[in-house]
Amino acid sequence: MTVELVANQGLPPVADKVENAPLAVRGMTVSYGQKPVVFSVDMTVAEGSMTAIVGPNGAGKSTLLKAALGIVKPLSGQTMVFGQPLPGQRHRIAYVPQRASVDWDFPTRVIDVVLMGLYRELGLLKRVRQPHLDKAMACLERVGMTDFSDRQIGQLSGGQQQRVFLARALAQGADLYLLDEPFAGVDAATEKAIIAVLKGLREEGKTVVAVHHDLATVPEYFDRVFMINTSKIAEGTVAEVFTAENLNKTYGGRLATGQIDQLDLVTG
Amino acid sequence: MSGEEFVPLSLTPLLIGMFAAVACALPGNFLVLRKQALIGDAISHVVLPGIVVAFLVTGTVSTWPMMIGAAVAAVVAVGLIEAIRRLGRIEPGAAMGVTFTSMFAGGVLLLEQSDTSTVHLDVEHALYGNLESLIWLDAVGWQSLWDPAALAGLPNELIRMGLTLIVVVCFVWLFWRPLKLSTFDEGFARTLGMRTGVLGLALVVIAAIAAVAAFDAVGSIIVIAMFICPPAGARLMTNRLEVQIVWSVIFALMSAILGYFIAGYGPQWLGAENAVSAAGMIATVSGLILALAALFGPCRKRTGAPAV
Repeated sequence: MTVELVANQGLPPVADKVENAPLAVRGMTVSYGQKPVVFSVDMTVAEGSMTAIVGPNGAGKSTLLKAALGIVKPLSGQTMVFGQPLPGQRHRIAYVPQRASVDWDFPTRVIDVVLMGLYRELGLLKRVRQPHLDKAMACLERVGMTDFSDRQIGQLSGGQQQRVFLARALAQGADLYLLDEPFAGVDAATEKAIIAVLKGLREEGKTVVAVHHDLATVPEYFDRVFMINTSKIAEGTVAEVFTAENLNKTYGGRLATGQIDQLDLVTG
Repeated sequence: MSGEEFVPLSLTPLLIGMFAAVACALPGNFLVLRKQALIGDAISHVVLPGIVVAFLVTGTVSTWPMMIGAAVAAVVAVGLIEAIRRLGRIEPGAAMGVTFTSMFAGGVLLLEQSDTSTVHLDVEHALYGNLESLIWLDAVGWQSLWDPAALAGLPNELIRMGLTLIVVVCFVWLFWRPLKLSTFDEGFARTLGMRTGVLGLALVVIAAIAAVAAFDAVGSIIVIAMFICPPAGARLMTNRLEVQIVWSVIFALMSAILGYFIAGYGPQWLGAENAVSAAGMIATVSGLILALAALFGPCRKRTGAPAV
């Protein structure tokens, strides 16, 4: 295991302290059937950073996240969270699944979904009381959704649904936020609102990791980037590793040269 | 209708029908939302070979061997469904389809080939049960409800179905939050450390217990109908799971009560002589309620998954 020493280049403090990293994944391999989707991936997330996981479709971005969280069972690999094994540290993690992964016809209201983020406090049988409701409403406020608290979740737009998911993650009060494509299929206003909330979390010293599709916004939104195509391609600060060379390696020439030129890349 | 007639002849079958309907409808809510409603159908079919084998092994039609046989068959079926689904990599509905039709057919063949002529065990019994025969002979009227001697003569099926209902209600009440959470968003539930696989299996086991207990008294037709019709109708009445559960219980009770009386007295109102099968009529009423909810329910429009 090597410890990367990275020059910070004026970005927020992102020292790679492996032993206490918010998320350290080692040797993660996942396969669906015969084909490995994620192969022997190591990932170290720096505390207080915002990391984008990028890679082409089917490159194992979401699967890496799910395997790290134990949602899918890996063939091998382990996850350390703040230097401890995952099971005892789940309370420090909040997870926002892909919006398309749930059935939005489910009979429940916006406020009920946010209250699910308080499951740890509420447990099996504790009654939902005013403080819980206040907390849930405060989380809805942070994503600008207080007016929708009584709506059935299917009656929301895609962007509103994504905000509700983010509010649920906020309710968890975690230190590490893992989001799976939070900007997929959302309107521009929602994208702005979400990124503002995420940057707010970073200012509070929280750590954010997001599977991200839009390469153009990587430098603007994130300070670190993790590039994957089944295997890890590169990992580090945006300034260091978000280069045309690494993008070509990650996307295997699927990005046209013109597209790469348009990106705000760090060139040689 | 006087108490002297109602209490011995109708009260117990009616209560058994109501208990069975609610015991199946409660887990049915989650099965329907998980798109696993067919599992109720599967369970109620596969218990037949289990019961026949239990009869062949023990030679009697007593309760416990039959319940154990049914439970074993249900477990075998769940295992088979999982095996077919994984090895064949096909959707669960198809795996259930081949499993329960084959096992039910096998049960019918076993039943025909074995000598069950001396006992009350036949295919009709498996389908319709024998609700009308579960009478309370020791009762003479409403006052029997306070008479320990008469209460001792209550049909076993009533007590068994009542206990089953208590188990089902306790399960749903205790695991309400995990059930709701993991049904809505399994991935999120797992990040909380919830053992969603175990919980899903527990739900199927509870459904199987309700199905097996109801099967003996009321037959598999009611079981299939009650797992699906009241919850599906209830979903069309509300957009909140808590309220949906209440509606499903109301619909299940309405089906049982209306179905029982229409079966018993309906043909007479039409001038016919005989009554029709109560189990069949209860299932029919539940289907009619679902049809009405589908036509007039306030929340029947699909709202979710807007265009991305």
